[in-house]
Amino acid sequence: MEFPAHPLDLDAMLSRPQSGDPGPPRLARPHADRLSREQRLALYRHMRMTRTLEERLVALYRQTKVVGGLFRSLGQEADAVGSAFALERRDIMSPLIRNMGSMLVKGATPLEILRQYMAKGDSPTRGRELNIHFGDLVRGFVGQISHLGDMIPVMAGIALSFKMRQEDRVVLVYIGDGATSTGAFHEGVNFAAVQQLPLVVIVENNGYAYSTPTGKQTAANSFMDKALGYGMAGVQADGNDVLAVYDVTRAAVDRARAGGGPTLVELITYRRKGHAEHDNQSYVPTGEIEWWASTNDPIDRFVAWLGEHDGVTAEELAAIDASVSEEIDAATDEAELSPMPEPLDALVGIYGVPPTLDPHWYREGVRTAVEQHERPASWGTHDG
Amino acid sequence: MGEITYLEAIREALFEEMERDANVFCLGQDIGAFGGAFKVTEGLLAKYGEQRVIDTPISEAAIIGAAAGASHMGMRPVAELQFIDFISCGYDMLTNYIATARYRAFLPCPMVVRGPSGGYVRGGPFHSQNPEAAFLHTPGLKIVYPATAADAKGLMKAAIRDDDCVLFFEHKYLYRRVKDVMPAGDHVVPIGKARVAREGTDVSIITYAATVWKALEAAEQLEREDGLSVEVIDLRTLLPMDDEAIVATVKKTNRVMIVHEDTRTGGIAGEITARINETCFEWLDAPVLRVTAHDVPLPYSPPLEDFVLPQVRDIVAVARHLARY
Repeated sequence: MEFPAHPLDLDAMLSRPQSGDPGPPRLARPHADRLSREQRLALYRHMRMTRTLEERLVALYRQTKVVGGLFRSLGQEADAVGSAFALERRDIMSPLIRNMGSMLVKGATPLEILRQYMAKGDSPTRGRELNIHFGDLVRGFVGQISHLGDMIPVMAGIALSFKMRQEDRVVLVYIGDGATSTGAFHEGVNFAAVQQLPLVVIVENNGYAYSTPTGKQTAANSFMDKALGYGMAGVQADGNDVLAVYDVTRAAVDRARAGGGPTLVELITYRRKGHAEHDNQSYVPTGEIEWWASTNDPIDRFVAWLGEHDGVTAEELAAIDASVSEEIDAATDEAELSPMPEPLDALVGIYGVPPTLDPHWYREGVRTAVEQHERPASWGTHDG
Repeated sequence: MGEITYLEAIREALFEEMERDANVFCLGQDIGAFGGAFKVTEGLLAKYGEQRVIDTPISEAAIIGAAAGASHMGMRPVAELQFIDFISCGYDMLTNYIATARYRAFLPCPMVVRGPSGGYVRGGPFHSQNPEAAFLHTPGLKIVYPATAADAKGLMKAAIRDDDCVLFFEHKYLYRRVKDVMPAGDHVVPIGKARVAREGTDVSIITYAATVWKALEAAEQLEREDGLSVEVIDLRTLLPMDDEAIVATVKKTNRVMIVHEDTRTGGIAGEITARINETCFEWLDAPVLRVTAHDVPLPYSPPLEDFVLPQVRDIVAVARHLARY
């Protein structure tokens, strides 16, 4: 660590004793060591897909085809991908805005993500929600809402249902350094600990909540330490080392599955882009982003590791990169052809029954509504 | 079969629904061994155990949020708030997460949030509230507020079976004051349907919850002293509102007042007035009038509380004004 002004002193943080009862000391990476070469290449592909897809979204954003904000996870791909990779298919997780990688691992497709960002009528939310705020219980991910912290109680409730029905399933929920300050985080984590729920809480400490550095978010030495206060296990790992992320998350997932209750996992990473694409990061000390980009990029680090330990060649990686680009190109073409939603679809599905609301009788541009409701049924009539 | 109280009727509904459907469970503060602050859940723990009768920390956001998560998976949670006043601590969960879940994410929330509500009990500003209007403005939620013991049971069973989140307001003044013989069999009262509590032809009183009984008392006095025939409509469900029942009574009496215990400004009476204006304005022979609480937090001391909350004499005075108009 040569960058003294950085808010995260990685070495100091990672050398701290682990909090709560994290089980035996992790001298090695037993879980990561059991991954096959094929699985490790899958990790690489998910990370590359995350980064390249976001780059494509930037291009579409500049063309105003992405009609809302764009949120990047540049430099955080390892923490998203490595943690979600520790889940089984039947497990359920809820991502944050910087967990596109987690969603890809859980089976979300580039086409779905592109349609979401482009507000298309055949997007997973039919144009109702933005960006990666979508879910699918079958594939095992639940869309977050913007009110940070709310997903902790909700996901604790899903974990509660697994516990009550004695289902062999685990829940994972992501939260950022900033949202650990919310009341919902506290209430949800405390409830999960009291109930010994099969819940893994990943605290992604990426240094900033919008412009607020971690030091203005908490006076605690680490987010891991918060686990102690809840009587649950707390662990910490280098979030830019995908194998370390997988290993620590897998241990927490296994503990949850075995009935050992919830674990708080703090992953140390760094947000190299602004909160969203419009954010010029004027609040970041000079040189900080460049240090992380040149010294601690999660993909660069994993590429080096794969070459050294798995003998992965540049040609193999290039082939993966090419297949990723090909998939994104095809998905972009398809998403651009997708229709925008029909206005009347905005009135469908607020309740189970009745499924559809009546349009306001005076609303222009909704032809059928105007024809049918030119005047309300009893307007100006005396016929009862 | 004898009469049972409003409170016992709710308890009976909980027992019957937990017996009928293993997905139904209760969670809340002090609902287990203690049976809840008002003893609504008394006996549930002994019969169904800690797995299905969960004592929680003092965490309304966690109670309501966890209920939502469990409901996504097909459970049917019934979350108790010790007093409905504390629903504000879960407001974000209800309005931002739960109310939008089906619409934005196609995730149903078949759950009930219930709690003792309302005043006339010297409960002071934080144990007497009627916060229903705060949620009337939230598409995606349903709101019921029964006035009778039979409706309390039937609506609770309907709420538990409903595929959307139902806010179930229980009036604590009525808990042990009103009784009914429960209808035989599986007694379910449909959500969204009002009830004609008393037939009449001269003036209509549209109301719900405890003020239904105030309105009925006023109607008797008006008949006795003025020879007026007063109709009383008990809405029972506030969201979705039974527009047909409202229009029907307007067309029948042409003189309408709305009575609620909640404060006036931004209250439900204003919404009902607007609906009458839009749908049956020309049937009115007098302006729609409101009898509500004054716009203040509800004070504790009896002379203050009695002055702030709507009383029978207020309803009588406004009904006489409408009849003369």
